[in-house]
Amino acid sequence: MFFTRFSAALVVAAGLAVPAFAQSQIDRPECIAPANPGGGFDLTCRVIQSGLDPHVDAPIQVTFMPGGIGAVAYNLFNSTRTDDGSAVVAFSTGSLLNILTGKYGAFTENDVRWVGTAGADFGAVVVRADSEYTDLSQLMADFSADPASVVVGAGGSVGSQDWMKGALLLREAGATPMDMRYVAFDGGGDAIAALLGGSIEVYTGDVGEMVPHIDAGQMRILAVMSPERLDAPFAEIPTAMEQGFDVEWTILRGFYMGGEVSDADYQKWVDAFNAAYETEEFAAIQKERGLLPLNLAGDALEASIEEQVANLRAIAKEAGLIN
Amino acid sequence: MEAVFSGLATGFAVALDPFNLFLVLAGCFAGTLIGALPGLGPINGVAILLPIAYGLGFGPESALILLAGIYYGAEYGGRISSILLNVPGDASAVMTTLDGNPLARSGNAGRALSLSAVASFVGGTFAVILMSLFAPVIAAFAVTFSPANYVALMVFAFASLASLVGKSTVKTLLGATIGLMLATIGIDANTGIPRFTFGIPDILAGIDFLIVVVGLFGMAELLTLVEHQVSGKLKALPVDKSFVKWADLVVCKWTIIRSSIIGFFIGILPGTGASVASAVAYGTEKRIADKDKTFGTGDIRGLAAPEAANNAAAGGAMVPMLTLGIPGSGTTAILLGALLMFNIQPGPMMFAQRPDVAWGLIASMYIGNVALLVINLPLVGLFARMLTIPQHYLTPLIAILAFIGIYTIVGNPFDLLLITLLGVFGWFLRKLDFSLAPIILGFVLGSLFENNLRRALSISGGDWSILWMDYKSIVLYVLALAVVIAPIWLGMRARKMEGDATHEKV
Repeated sequence: MFFTRFSAALVVAAGLAVPAFAQSQIDRPECIAPANPGGGFDLTCRVIQSGLDPHVDAPIQVTFMPGGIGAVAYNLFNSTRTDDGSAVVAFSTGSLLNILTGKYGAFTENDVRWVGTAGADFGAVVVRADSEYTDLSQLMADFSADPASVVVGAGGSVGSQDWMKGALLLREAGATPMDMRYVAFDGGGDAIAALLGGSIEVYTGDVGEMVPHIDAGQMRILAVMSPERLDAPFAEIPTAMEQGFDVEWTILRGFYMGGEVSDADYQKWVDAFNAAYETEEFAAIQKERGLLPLNLAGDALEASIEEQVANLRAIAKEAGLIN
Repeated sequence: MEAVFSGLATGFAVALDPFNLFLVLAGCFAGTLIGALPGLGPINGVAILLPIAYGLGFGPESALILLAGIYYGAEYGGRISSILLNVPGDASAVMTTLDGNPLARSGNAGRALSLSAVASFVGGTFAVILMSLFAPVIAAFAVTFSPANYVALMVFAFASLASLVGKSTVKTLLGATIGLMLATIGIDANTGIPRFTFGIPDILAGIDFLIVVVGLFGMAELLTLVEHQVSGKLKALPVDKSFVKWADLVVCKWTIIRSSIIGFFIGILPGTGASVASAVAYGTEKRIADKDKTFGTGDIRGLAAPEAANNAAAGGAMVPMLTLGIPGSGTTAILLGALLMFNIQPGPMMFAQRPDVAWGLIASMYIGNVALLVINLPLVGLFARMLTIPQHYLTPLIAILAFIGIYTIVGNPFDLLLITLLGVFGWFLRKLDFSLAPIILGFVLGSLFENNLRRALSISGGDWSILWMDYKSIVLYVLALAVVIAPIWLGMRARKMEGDATHEKV
């Protein structure tokens, strides 16, 4: 407790030195990472902690609210802190999936206000460097011939967003997602270890986490699941679309606020996000954190979330996750 | 080999920089204090100090050296409250209470503290030496461990723990079952279905290991302390000037060496940490060395084994983190996050791209281990004096520290309620003469066992033969069988020889 306060004081001191220009006046801005330090939500908050700093008049403090894969924070912001105009909470596409499959309780995606994004990540189909699969079509052929002949693994449970990537591939290959031989690991790191160790043949991971591994040459990315080719270091890797398979998986990383936050408070954050998106510094921070640009705030994000949730709901229904 | 030496030369040049040297010492000292506080362990210490290390604007190698010092220091410090208060400072120090506390009770607090410092030093140094020599090779082997191999490892772990503690086998089994039941709470890692959550969102992700440890051990212990205080049974442990003797080290030398090896290799495996390592080391030593059934009553070997193992495991866990970018424990996961904050990608390329950071960190561990021994031996008296604080100050102080510690890390008030409930539950179990260690072990090993068994079966498509299709699994099963059978056989042989002896006399 003392240490957090102490570090907050340091951040305040540092913030005072920054010259002021058009900044949103937010009282004690806070970014809540609904998990323990070190994970994806922490990273999401860090992006705006430094990226939004020039555009908000006070430094953004990151606080952690772990509990139930983000359910604790979602429930809190739907029951007690519904009108807290100072706090934004990090979410990802995985959280959307949890919301619509009912893991976050009775609250729906319409009960909070979606405010802005930190960036995006994309799915990646990864095999070992010495794998028999050299392109996606060979894998897809095996999927359609006998889905159970390939062992797929990733860092989430059945029904998680990691599983969804595999399910989409099977669906595209004309197989039933429930026939996939899927192995659930505790996080991407364990799954990569299992891939390198030969326990699983295909890893459905994310592009961002492959950055440190791409030069090492131990793994091969068969396809990225983005709408278009990515920039270096992924420029050489074809998308699934290019290889003739209509599968795409965008992982959105962004923030929501309570449902009863006033329009004025909401707009302050939206303005700060939009101002940050204009700058090269923000783009540099995104890149540093392994995120790709996907900048949406305010109504644009609300619309995008609506579309994404509808899409996810259709897939989840088809995969038998919800009725 | 040449690469290792030139790497170490680079590393020591970084680590012996006066400022970095100061950070190693500061980190080790702060870490020891953090580790000594009940409920606060390496993971919390590193997590709490990470924002400061980052905020102070140190270079990446300096920040990492500071954090690693805290990590190591906390592994050392965990033993202090285990021995003096019978409350483990962190999860990996649970085993240390078994023989450490009885030693302190019998007037050997100083001896127990100094002996465990030496055991920790040997374990830690052993791990760093192995790490610098074999890091890449070892990491490549650990990564080949499949889920089926993990199942075999867990069977081995259960087998070595089978006779661990408790007077009654039934109560030990019941305890392990309670631990297994606690481990099933939360979203099932394989299917994503919530189990036994009763609609409470706070336990969707399961109950944190820390909560169970602090609740069952910390809170239950405090309740017992209060009870003794009220009933006037509590006697302050006598503070003594006893110190580790050469004879002690001679008795413990094989125990320390074996436990260091066990600790290091278990530490390397992703997902298993110092707590599993210390438990396996203790179980193994009990099997091998406990001929007079003195383990659990204050046997110095029972104290040396877990301490050597948990410090060796702390070093082992760094291997996959540095060489592959795969953390082997919760604490190394945070260190990995720290590296990423400094734009350094851990993994195979790190030794080539940032040798100053990689080797600087390794060199700082050599220095840190020596520093910790130097800090810990003369300060034994200071730590032992903690016990002269009257219980009516100490008890609430520990309670406050435990609550603050838990709240700083989990930040969820629900968990404070949970540790209190678990504390009351643990206190009842103690009244019923249950040993609490099997519960913790069931809790840790149970979920690892279940998840890996189900992973293995998902891989094989439901074919159970995958469990014994691999030489690594078979070796582990044979070892498991050996640790169960060997003591029985030795016992029978001893009785037979005794019988023969009496027979001859007649």
